[in-house]
Formats: sequence, C-alpha cells, structure tokens
Amino acid sequence: MSATPHPPAILGPSLLPNPERRQKLRKTRAFRDGLSRHGVGAAGVGVILALALIFVYLFYETSPLLKPVSMEVATEVTVPGDDDLAPTVHLTLDRFETIGGRFSASGVITFFSADNGRILSRKQVTLPDGATVTAFGRSESRKSLFVYGFSDGSMLPLRVDYEQTFPQGVRVITPMLAFPLGDEPIRVSGGITGNYSALTLVDGRGGYVVAGGTDRGAIAMALFSTRTNMFTGAVEISREDYNLPAIPRPVQQLLVNESLRNLFAIDDQGTLYNFDIIDGNNPRLVEQVDLVPEGVTVTAAEFLVGSRSLIVGGSDGSLSQWFLVRDEETGISHMTRIRGFRAQPGAITFIEPEYSRKGFLAGDATGAVGLHYATSSVSLKQIQVADGPISRIAISPINSRALVKTEDSAALQVLAIDNPHPQTSLSGLWGKVWYEGRGQPEFIWQSSSADDAFESKLSLVPLTIGTLKAALFAMLLATPLAIMGAIYTAYFMSQPMRRIVKPSIELMEALPTVILGFLAGIWLAPYIENNLPILFVGLLLIPFGVLVAGFAWSRLPQNFRNFVPPGWEGALLIPVVIALGWITVTSSPWIELAFFNGSMRQWLTDVGIPYDQRNALIVGLAMGFAVIPTIFSITEDAVFNVPRHLTQGSLALGATPWQTVVGVVLLTASPGIFSAVMIGFGRAVGETMIVLMASGNSPIVNFNLFEGMRTLAANIAVELPETAVGSTHFRVLFLSALVLLVFTFVINTVAEVVRQRLRQRYASL
Amino acid sequence: MNMKKWWKSGAPWIWLNAGAISISIIMVFGLLLLILVRGFGTFWPHPVVQTTYQVPATGEQVEMIGELRRSETLTGQALREAGVAIPEDQLLVTRHLFKLGNRDVTGRDFTYFIDDFLGEWRYPRDITVLERREWGDFFGQPVRLLEEGQVIAVGDALWPEFQERLNRSNRLFDELRQIERRDIGNISFRLERVRLDQRRAELRGTLTPELEAEFAARRAALNAEYATLQERLNALRAESRRDALVMRVAGGEEVTVRLDQIVNAWQPNNMSVLAKIGFYVRDFFNFIFGYPREANTEGGIFPAIFGTVVMVLVMSIIVTPFGVLAAIYLREYAKQGVLLKTIRISVYNLAGVPSIVFGVFGLGFFVYVTGGAIDRAFYPEALPAPTFGTPGLFWASLTLALLTLPVVIVSTEEGLARIPSTIRQGSLALGATKGETLWKVVVPLATPAMMTGLILAIARAAGEVAPLMLVGVVKLAPTLPIDGNFPFLHLERKIMHLGFHIYDVGFQSPHAEAAEQLVYATALILVLLIVMLNLTAIMIRNRLREKYRAEGD
Repeated sequence: MSATPHPPAILGPSLLPNPERRQKLRKTRAFRDGLSRHGVGAAGVGVILALALIFVYLFYETSPLLKPVSMEVATEVTVPGDDDLAPTVHLTLDRFETIGGRFSASGVITFFSADNGRILSRKQVTLPDGATVTAFGRSESRKSLFVYGFSDGSMLPLRVDYEQTFPQGVRVITPMLAFPLGDEPIRVSGGITGNYSALTLVDGRGGYVVAGGTDRGAIAMALFSTRTNMFTGAVEISREDYNLPAIPRPVQQLLVNESLRNLFAIDDQGTLYNFDIIDGNNPRLVEQVDLVPEGVTVTAAEFLVGSRSLIVGGSDGSLSQWFLVRDEETGISHMTRIRGFRAQPGAITFIEPEYSRKGFLAGDATGAVGLHYATSSVSLKQIQVADGPISRIAISPINSRALVKTEDSAALQVLAIDNPHPQTSLSGLWGKVWYEGRGQPEFIWQSSSADDAFESKLSLVPLTIGTLKAALFAMLLATPLAIMGAIYTAYFMSQPMRRIVKPSIELMEALPTVILGFLAGIWLAPYIENNLPILFVGLLLIPFGVLVAGFAWSRLPQNFRNFVPPGWEGALLIPVVIALGWITVTSSPWIELAFFNGSMRQWLTDVGIPYDQRNALIVGLAMGFAVIPTIFSITEDAVFNVPRHLTQGSLALGATPWQTVVGVVLLTASPGIFSAVMIGFGRAVGETMIVLMASGNSPIVNFNLFEGMRTLAANIAVELPETAVGSTHFRVLFLSALVLLVFTFVINTVAEVVRQRLRQRYASL
Repeated sequence: MNMKKWWKSGAPWIWLNAGAISISIIMVFGLLLLILVRGFGTFWPHPVVQTTYQVPATGEQVEMIGELRRSETLTGQALREAGVAIPEDQLLVTRHLFKLGNRDVTGRDFTYFIDDFLGEWRYPRDITVLERREWGDFFGQPVRLLEEGQVIAVGDALWPEFQERLNRSNRLFDELRQIERRDIGNISFRLERVRLDQRRAELRGTLTPELEAEFAARRAALNAEYATLQERLNALRAESRRDALVMRVAGGEEVTVRLDQIVNAWQPNNMSVLAKIGFYVRDFFNFIFGYPREANTEGGIFPAIFGTVVMVLVMSIIVTPFGVLAAIYLREYAKQGVLLKTIRISVYNLAGVPSIVFGVFGLGFFVYVTGGAIDRAFYPEALPAPTFGTPGLFWASLTLALLTLPVVIVSTEEGLARIPSTIRQGSLALGATKGETLWKVVVPLATPAMMTGLILAIARAAGEVAPLMLVGVVKLAPTLPIDGNFPFLHLERKIMHLGFHIYDVGFQSPHAEAAEQLVYATALILVLLIVMLNLTAIMIRNRLREKYRAEGD
C-alpha cells in the first residue's frame, strides 16, 4: 500500500471514475473482448480454411479429368446451296467453329454459317472442258488439302485457307481457296485416262504426293515438289512419277503417310496392300493384310492425325486401329492390328479424325455417331443423330463442334461436344498402353510434344515406380543408421555427449536439400563412378572393423578402459571409422584391379548392368542423408521416453543391457519407431531437389541400383512451368501433386496417431 | 573375457549401434567440413603452375600454364577404356585437373593431365591471372602494355603501370555501369509508365488530345534525356578502350587483352601470405556484394542474397500474424474436442507435405487464379502482358508463408501451452477479461516462442527451392525487387534466390566446371545463413525454457 497524500480524516474525491465513465469503460472493455474473440476466431478459421483450400483447389484442378464426355445434337441447319443439287462429297468446319464448308460433286464449294446455315460465299472450281467430277480425295484434316478428280483423268488439288482480319476491332474470317500446284488440273500418270475410284494427296516431307487408283486395280502416283524462286518469287513445280504395280482387285481407298514411306491401298474385299515407296524408282509391295474377317468388307478407313495409325471401319460396325510395327529381327515393319473399339450398330460409313490428338468420330449406317479415343482405347460416347445412314462428318480443329450429314436428309446436324481430356482414363494413366510406333504395350511417360501429331504418353507408372525406387533406396540407408544411432544415443550414450550429438544431427534436418542434391550430383556422383568398390568394401569392412575394435577394447586392461567412462563408445569409434573409411578409399583401385579388370563401372556394363553416372545409388545416399535426422529425432524421443522403471526392472532381473534393449525398450518404443520410419518415408517420397539434381531424371521402369529414375515431385518441378494451362498434361501434373499430397498426408496422419497413442501409453505406465 | 562370451553378452550389438551414430556424426561434420573447405577455398589465390606435357597419344611436347584444381588416382584400365593411351603395364595412374583458362584462345578451360607425362612444375613469379568480364580467366605472362597501340611499358615497369591503368579502366567501367543500370533503367521504367498511363486513359475513354500531347511531351523529354546519356556512354566506352595488355600464353603465342575487359589481375606466385589474405578478403567481399556475370558463372551473388532476404522478409510479414492468430485461436478460443484435435493434427501434418505441392498450389491458385483476377481488375492497361498473373516475389513469399504456417502455429501453440495456468488465473481473478488476459499477459510471455517459430520458418523458407521454381524465382532477374522508383518495393518482380542459384549454376550452366567453386561458395553462404538462424532459434528456445522453469516455480 502506498501512502496517500491526503490525511485519512478528510475524505477527498473518489479516485474511481464517475458511474457514467465506468459504464463507458466497461462497454469498451466488453467490446474489445468481443473484438479479440471474433477477430482471432476469424483469423484462425481463415488460416485453417486457407490450408484446407490446398486440398480443395488441387482437387478442383484435377476434377475435369474425371468429367464424363458429353456429345449432343445442338442445332440443325438446312444443307446450304439449294440451287446446287449435286451430292455432298465433303464437309469442313473452321477453327472458330462458325464457318462450315460443303464440297459438292459439281465442283462448287459453299461456305456457310454453322449457326444458321446462311450462305457466306460460294466458289466454283474450274472444271476441264466437258469433264465432270468423278472422284474426291483429301489429306489429313489439319492440312486442309483436297483434290477433285475429273472424268478426263486429270485432277485439281486445292487448299482452303481462312484469312483473319480485324476491321473495327472485330474478327472477321474469310475462307479462301488456294491452289498449291497451280490452278490448272494436273495428270498423275499417262497410263490412266479413265475415272479414279480413289484419290488421295499428302503434304509430306519433300513435297506433295498425289495418288489415284482405279476400279481395275491400277495405281498412279506422283511427287510434286515446289520451290519458290528467290529472285522472281515465282513458284517452280517439279514432279516425279512413281510406277506402282497394279493390285488384282478394284482400289477402294488409297492412303499415303506423311513420311512418304508407305502407300496403303485397300481393295473392295478389305485387303490392305502395303507398298514401300521410299525409293521412288522402285516401289514394292511389302505385304498384304486382311483388315477384316471373311465376309466383312472395309467401309471406311482414315489416318489419325500424324498419319501413323489407320482406323478401319467394317461393314459389321467394327472399328479397329492399325499401325506399322517394326519386327526387331528382320527390320521390316508390318501392319498390325493394335486394338479394337466398341462396335457400332451399323456398317461404318465415315470416319472423321480429330485435328490435334488421337481421337475420331465414326458414323454408321443406322445414323449413330460414336466418339472414340485411340491412345486410351476407349469409346467415349455414342449417340443417335438420325435415322438414315451418316454420309459425312466434319469436326472442328478444337474438337468441340461437329457437323453431321445424313445421306437422305436435307438437314445438317450440329453436334456440341465436350471432351477436353479423353486420354486420362484409368487404363491410360496406370495401364500398359501400345503407343504408335512401339513394338508392344508399355508404361511410358513422355509428355513433351513437338507438334499436334505427337502422341503424348502420360503413364504415371514410371513416375510412381521412380518415386518408390528413390524412397526405397534412401530408406535402405537411413533406417538402419538412424534407428541404431537413435537407440544408442537415447539408451547408452552418456548425457554430456548426447547433448552435443542430438542437436547436431537435428541441425542437419534444416540443411537445404538443394545443397545435398548439388553435392550428390557434382561431387559424389563422379567420385562414386570412379571408385565404385568403396561402397561394397565399406559396407563389409566398416561393421566388421567396428566389431573388431569393440572386441579389442574389451581385451584392454581394465585400468586403461577406466579412462573412458561408459557411454562414450561412439566417440571412441569416430577415429576407428575414419581410419576404416580411409582404408576403404585407398584400397578401391586395387580392388578394381584385382576383381573387376581394372574398372568396376566397365565390368558392370560388360555383365549387362547399365550404369548411369547419376543413379539410384547416389539418390539413395543423398536422400538417405536427408532422411536420417527425421527418423533419428523421432526414434530417439520414443526410446528416450521409455519409462525408466521398465528398463531398471529388466536390468534388476538380470537381463544384460542389450537384452533389455531388445526385450523391453524396443518393444515399448516400437510404435514410435514405426511412426519415425513412416514420416521419414513420407519425406523421401516428396523430396524434390535431391532427386532433380542427382537422378538424371529419366522416367524408366526398373529397380536397377545403377540407373536413374524420375519421381513425381521432380517431374512436376521440371514440367509444370512449361505446360499449357488447362491442358491434359497440366491437369495430370496437378493430379500427381494431389497424389503426393494425399499420400504424404495419410502417412503422416497415421504416424501422428500412432505417436499420440504411444504418448498416452507412456503416461499411463 | 573370451570371444564367445563377449559375443553372447550383446556387446557387439551395442558397438554396432555406437558405430551407426559415429558414422552419422562423421557424415554430418564431414559434409559441413567439405562445404566449409571448398567454399572458403574458392577465393584463395592459388599458385599457377608452368610445366610441359607430353601428349600420350602423339608424344608431342607442349607447354602448359594452369592452376591445379584436384588430383585423383585411378586404375590405368579405367583410363584406357576412356581412350587415353596408358602403357599396359601401368596399374595405377594419377591425374591432375588443371584450370587452363584462356577459354577463347584454346577452347579447353579445364583439362586432365596424367602425372607421368608432366615435366617439372615451376612457379614463375610473373605469371599473371586476369579475371575478365567475358570468357573466364586468362593465364599468361605480360609482355608489354599498349596505349592506342603504342608500347608504354615493358619489363619491370610494366606491372605498376598496368595496375594504375587497370584502376582507371575499372573506374570508367563503374561509371558506365552506373549509367546503364541506374540512369537508363530509370528512364525505361518511366517510359513504360507513360505508356501504361496513356493506355489506361485510352481504356477509360478519358484520352483527350491535350492529354495525348502531354504524354507525347513526357515521352519526348525522357527520350532527350536518354539521348544525352547515350552520348555520355559512347564517350566513356571509347575512352575505356584505350589501353591493352599483350600477354604471352602457354605455347608462346601473344594475345592482346583490352583493359576494359579485365576485372582484376594478380600474380599469385609473386604474392606474400599477407597479400594473399588481403586479396582473399577483397575477393570474398566482391563475391557477396557483386553482380553475377557470364550466365551467373562468374562475379558475385548479391542479387541472389538480396532476393532471398527480401522474399523471406515479405514472407515473415505475412506468416507471423496469421500463424500467431491461428495458434491463439486453436489454443485459447476454439472449443476443444475431437474436431479440433483432427484439425490440429491436419495442420501439423501439413508441415510434412512435400514442398513442391505448395508450389503447385501457389502456381495454380495464387498466380493463375488470384493473379489473373488482380490483373483484370487493377492492371488492365498492361494486358496482355501480365503484372501479377505471372510468378513473382509476392507469390513466392505467399507460397512460402503457407508452407511455413504449420511451423509457426506449432511453435506458438507450444509456447502458449507452456504458460503456467496460475498466471492466467491470476489475471482473470483480478477482473481482466479473457481478451485482456490474452493480449496483456499470455501473449507477451509467449513472444519468445513465436520468435522461435518465426526463425525456424525463416530457416526453412530460406533453404526451400522446389516450390520457388514454380512461383517466382528466376536464374537472372534484370532488376532488384527494391529500387528508387515508386512504389520502391516491387512485389510483382521476379527475383533471384541463393538455393535456386546453386541449382541453376551447378546444373544448367554452360561452364559447370568453371562455376563449381562459385557454387560451393554460394552453398557455404546459404549453409551459414541457415545454421545461424537455427542456432538462434535453439538458443531462444533454451532460454525460454529456463525462464518458464523459473517463473513456474
């Protein structure tokens, strides 16, 4: 109590504020208290929600992969060009899905609005005098090349270009016709004068190939190369005719692949004739393949984008994919059936491949249209568009709208398609897939794409195997070292030493993994490559040497041993281990000379084990190093906190210290050790930088110690900055992040729950 | 005690366990030692060897001048398989990796030489190392000094004269760089601002002809300023090209090196230990405060240190209030129960989630979703070039803040739990409200715990690289995130980072070998930073424990 300035007898004014102010003060305090409660509450809940948002957002970005495909008839427009009654030979749809094009048998090309059928423009192809259109052919959709064949045996290749202009800031698209080989009709081969039953043209490496076949089985083909004169700007066209042997039956369809290596002719019975056309002077027939069973004919066949795969539709509604598979022994590529798709109810009448990926639409004779995807070998959707047979389909380059014409109807059906990620079916991500040009189904991760025709290979198996491989080798090193070290530190080590050892090992947990990765990649990897034996010698020599040292110590006189109090064996062993390490390193070249012909790395290669400089061994060493502190710290805590009375009871009953450790300590602490290993494993699975820098990052599927790997985490770090936002690849990378998140979260939760149980048990003991 | 008894006693197992901890300790300290030795060794002026080498394949004698990097002993067979002609009867071969420099003259900077084919090693005092602005180091013997092509000095007079002229050329260079980096940088920044102002007015429809004229005037003024600077630059450049040094390289060829190409020059075989120490300190200083050159493989790492520090600071500003408030909520206000327990475990477990996952979230949600929305709302004039819709400092800091939230929450909660309940009850008994108890009594006492959490968070953030590769760290940022232009701190800029620097220079650079030492030095700086931060945190925590032990009694 402090003295008051006023004498007690005189009552001065009260030091308390007046009631009004007290009331106000009380209100302010209550308000502040409320503010604190609600403010803290809002912030706390906000933070928790923000952390939860990670799950929600990753799931949200991944979910479109699972969204079902939708395809439905959106509108119907009347077939434009009423005054041109000639039948439709082809349909197109532009990139912005607004302009349709109809190629008619009279050589008129009508461009119309795909929204309402209004005619935008009409172009008439100049026909030779007195001739009529008898055939029509096209290249791959993305090249937008077409060819009209006339009754006098000539033909006219043309291309549709869409010109974009922006008058008054509004995009206007004008379709234009271009004639890459001149606007005069050309003749492919002098031999054939009559009508072509099949026509095709290809814009391949080296020029345009135009080929035609007749119903007598004759095939004519020529390669046109164009060259623009540098000075005059004039286009010079040179041509080279190919003489192909005739086939015994009428040619129904001709297909030439983009690489200009093969010409496929399909006859009216469904037999494919595979011609090798690499040598223009000497094309030869490689093989004949029956594409469909006896009694069935091929009613439609088209290349998928990239012209490697052929989709064959049969009169029985069957659909199958074929491509050339190289026979490793003979070196000859054979046309092979890769997979079938779900059959459609009627004979396939038309196949329309997608522009930028390996999907296609197929229409059949019953009016059904099916949407299929080759890589993941799924039939995504099938709808009934009309009652009559489908005659033509046109899909837009961005795959979300299609025009369908039925044979006898005056209307065009406009389909709306929502199919952003057809490739990511369960089997596409996790199963073996037979990719184009490969010898057999495989697990491959190869996402980079040079162009639209590249088939992206998004198998998560190599990445998952790589992740497990890296984590496994890391755990192989870390688990024994960390657990044994922790048992010693917690149970045997003297307190002063423990106070130094524990923090220094825990400090390593904070060491940036980028430094470990850098050392592993730059220093360790080349060193190990040149001195491979040290690992194996060290693995044998160091434990053996430690045992010998221990035994030798036990034989030393007691007086001498008393210099070192018990619990300092670890310190005693440090010089021993360093010496053993030195012996190991110096002996390495001699071991190589004695057992491995002077170079163990070469020896490994000779016995058939591939060796990469940055391999699983290096990753295991570096990442094991990173995981040791995690496992060590938790195990040490668990062992150290085993109640003393348990161990003392065991020792009092006559058990040796080691028996006590095995029988009592380990048994009691085993849940803690388990959770330590789990948390360590979780850390190894998600580690990025070490793997990125020390593994070589090749996505291979094996557990070879001397080869690298690519893990999920490293893959994200490498590929995510370069992928297109919203693409399938982008979402698959998000999926792998989600997989990592859920996996580590579950592991950590299990470990945490186990640890809490253990804590309770210790408390109750 | 005989062998059998010893074996049965279980002692071997104890020794094996002791061996495990010894190995771990040796690994830990060996690693630190490796980084320390290699990192600190980077700046020492190593002697330069001059010798002859007999090329094994041809038997030809060549002269060699170089700095020994390292030596190793291999089996002769391994080298024979690599294509080196080693006599069949030679079992072991020692080879030396020499840094030859002169990348532009010979094309081979680093080369292995087999020990047996090397002649006597000599250390001539006049061998000079030139650190150049391009093409790495240059080794040779100075022959004569030129000014405008005329010989100025030869022999003994050369070296002092050269030093003087080198200082002059470096001063000119500093001035040049000042103009290029600061003054011209400012002008282009302001020009860009004029463009954006005009575009904004255009978008809002408020672009009047007067305004347009004003913009044109501002632009013209800036361009005029730029032209003056450009003139000055040209003058300086011409002046700095005055002097040149003729050097004799290994093999006798004479090469002329212009002085404006030289950063630093020294004669390592002619330096006393004291001079070497002085050189070492200067070199170390230049490394920390210098700017990188030649795709980051030479020069300093100042932008990386600066970027790391600024990013971590911004992260701390974000993570501290939120982490602390969340911890207070979890410990003091939330209703304790099964749900809260689940939430708590989940929050703790987020600390074990791979950091790359946070990076993916940051790139997707912060950069593309949030950043895209900010750009559309506030920076429409810059579109389609993104301002915040692209990885940058702020997003990197925010991602790291999210990553380190669990660390701060755990640590603060521990601190709050440690406060004896008597203190709390005392405050409540005196009539304080819960809020008053919390903010005036409990939280101040728990401040050291929060500091510990924050420091641990900073240590983790400073060493994290994987998520940053996705959300804002680049190999070479043209500008620092803080400069003299309003608003001074540029949160949208991309930054450089020590950890990423290590990854990039060590693994993506064209001259990985030349950069190796630099990477070791960078790693050393990073390790020192992180060890320091962690030790501070441990110290605070220990002091805190003792404090509460005292107050709890």
